[in-house]
Amino acid sequence: MNIAVPIRHVVDLIEPMTLVESQTQIDYDDASFVINETDDHALEQALLLSDRIPGSSVIVMAVDFGDVDASLYAALAKGAAKAIRVAYDGDQPPSADQAAAAFAQLVRELECELVLAGSYAHGEIDGMLGPALAHELQWPYVGVVRGVRLSGEAADRATVFKEFPGAVMAELTVSVPAVIGVVGAEQPPRYVPVSRIRSVMKSSEIEDRELTIPEGASHVEIARFEVPSTGQRAQMLSGDTEELVMEVAKILHEQGISP
Amino acid sequence: MSTQTGSIDDLAVLQDLPLPPSRQTFLHCMQCGSCTGSCPLGPAMEYPPRQLILQARSGKLRKVMESPSLWMCVGCYVCSLRCPRSIELTDALWPALRDRAMQEGIQPPGELQEAFHNIHLYGNSLGKSPRRRTRWAEGLDVPVRDLSRDPSPTDVLWIVGDYPSFYPRNQVVARQFAQILTALEVDWAIVGNKERTLGDCERLYGEEGLFESLVEYHRDLLEELQFNLIVTLDPHGYRALRHYYPRWGVHFPVQHAANFLADRLDQLKPLLTKPIERTITYHDNCCAGRRYGNFDAPRDLLRAIPGVELVEMDHHRETALCCGGGGGGMWLDSHIAAHGGPRLSDQRVREAATAQADILAVSCPFELSRFEDSAKVTGFEDQIQVRDIVELLAQSMDLTSGE
Repeated sequence: MNIAVPIRHVVDLIEPMTLVESQTQIDYDDASFVINETDDHALEQALLLSDRIPGSSVIVMAVDFGDVDASLYAALAKGAAKAIRVAYDGDQPPSADQAAAAFAQLVRELECELVLAGSYAHGEIDGMLGPALAHELQWPYVGVVRGVRLSGEAADRATVFKEFPGAVMAELTVSVPAVIGVVGAEQPPRYVPVSRIRSVMKSSEIEDRELTIPEGASHVEIARFEVPSTGQRAQMLSGDTEELVMEVAKILHEQGISP
Repeated sequence: MSTQTGSIDDLAVLQDLPLPPSRQTFLHCMQCGSCTGSCPLGPAMEYPPRQLILQARSGKLRKVMESPSLWMCVGCYVCSLRCPRSIELTDALWPALRDRAMQEGIQPPGELQEAFHNIHLYGNSLGKSPRRRTRWAEGLDVPVRDLSRDPSPTDVLWIVGDYPSFYPRNQVVARQFAQILTALEVDWAIVGNKERTLGDCERLYGEEGLFESLVEYHRDLLEELQFNLIVTLDPHGYRALRHYYPRWGVHFPVQHAANFLADRLDQLKPLLTKPIERTITYHDNCCAGRRYGNFDAPRDLLRAIPGVELVEMDHHRETALCCGGGGGGMWLDSHIAAHGGPRLSDQRVREAATAQADILAVSCPFELSRFEDSAKVTGFEDQIQVRDIVELLAQSMDLTSGE
């Protein structure tokens, strides 16, 4: 079984964020990037599944925006069989639809039967990759999943554990092929020593692909971006529950946050 | 002993550990137990040092590598320095086993993983933005020359270190050290936001690849600059530059800040005008202290401060108790506590209290926060203040922290 893991790089929020002059976009030239956290979990879950199913392989793929090489090599060092970098020359990240169109081509070509994608990415403004990809492939989609088990003679069923608000977890069965949106793997993403990553960088290659990525504006038009201001003080409140609630409500009103 | 070729239990694997032949002396261990008897965390380890070597030589390397003991050494050097066979447990064997364990897919404790990850991504263990590394110097009342902007020659290159750069409690020490250097008319500079951790603790905790990447980074950065000496507040950074970087062909002269200042005591002493009427005890850090015998310079500095009465804890100089933060221990408190290990910094603060000290003086960035936290936990917060030697010198020089 080939398991596809699309990974995205998102703006690293530990760095101070700057905007372009028009205030409608992040200045991506000045930003640094990091692998999307839930994609890292999707990769881990895929590797766990691959360990359990003899003959299976994990294929990671990324659209080349935001220095993806480091994460692709790290994925190879962790045990992915192949890493693919999709050429892209846009000045902002691909939309969910664009990325889904690219990844769907690879999933079909490589005859993948399962896609594990991160359930969300903080840079997604106009839709989520998982459902968009499932739509492209016409496969079922389940998101916000913690843990995936495959069963059936041909591993044609996946049991997933889906989170709902209020600490409710549902166990669902979905037929494979499917796209699964992972919010957390069964275990934290594995650590791989830097020496192994460096070794993989010398011994393995990332495969470059040029694919048809549809152009077209996002469905969402950004009116304005604002970088949140950070406060420099903390106000300690005291009192019983009712007093505290009234005080908080008053502060929210004074700050213009509540009517 | 397993006869399966290539198995992790194979003795040949042990001999294949990334140790140069001169360091294969662990095969000569005579099982005297001096190491285990000396190890401050030995009683909590499933495999204390003697047992670790015994199990490894018996072909049970996997047991050792899968044991929590592998991640409990805090790099205090007591075992290494007392070993009658001069086995380099701290510098060589432990790191090699950890490196091998990680290569085999054995996961280090979560806190340590996060530190490695932060260093790999951001060049510092705290996971802070590299672009904010020089914020400690904002508003300082002395000029700070940044060689990343102005690469003209300097006499002293000060590698500030992660904690003095980012951690608020330590930033005070950074600011005051800058003021002291300026007061001494030292020609000094920093590398600004291009600075990264020197990597000593990462090497001790088995991340040889990460360490190597840091050596390469610093080689490329520093060979382009012109300076005569590197000074660092961090004894671990000092050890890395003095002991390990040369193995990769990277040679830079380096001094720990305490030695640098002690060498200039003639200039410094007239500036120490304000008395500090306190009883002070000095904690010898393991790296610059026990490892390299730098015991006198910090004491000379403290004695030079008028009004100071210097007392010694029961364990001092070669026998000093470790604070528990070195060699990666800074990121292993949870792991060590979860496996029954004592908090070494708590023990040390109790010793300081027994010595009737008002101030516990330190010269390592890890120790400030570790001992201050322990002072609160052990209930000695009102009796004992923790101060870096730099802070005490600055106080006697009547320097503010430039706020």
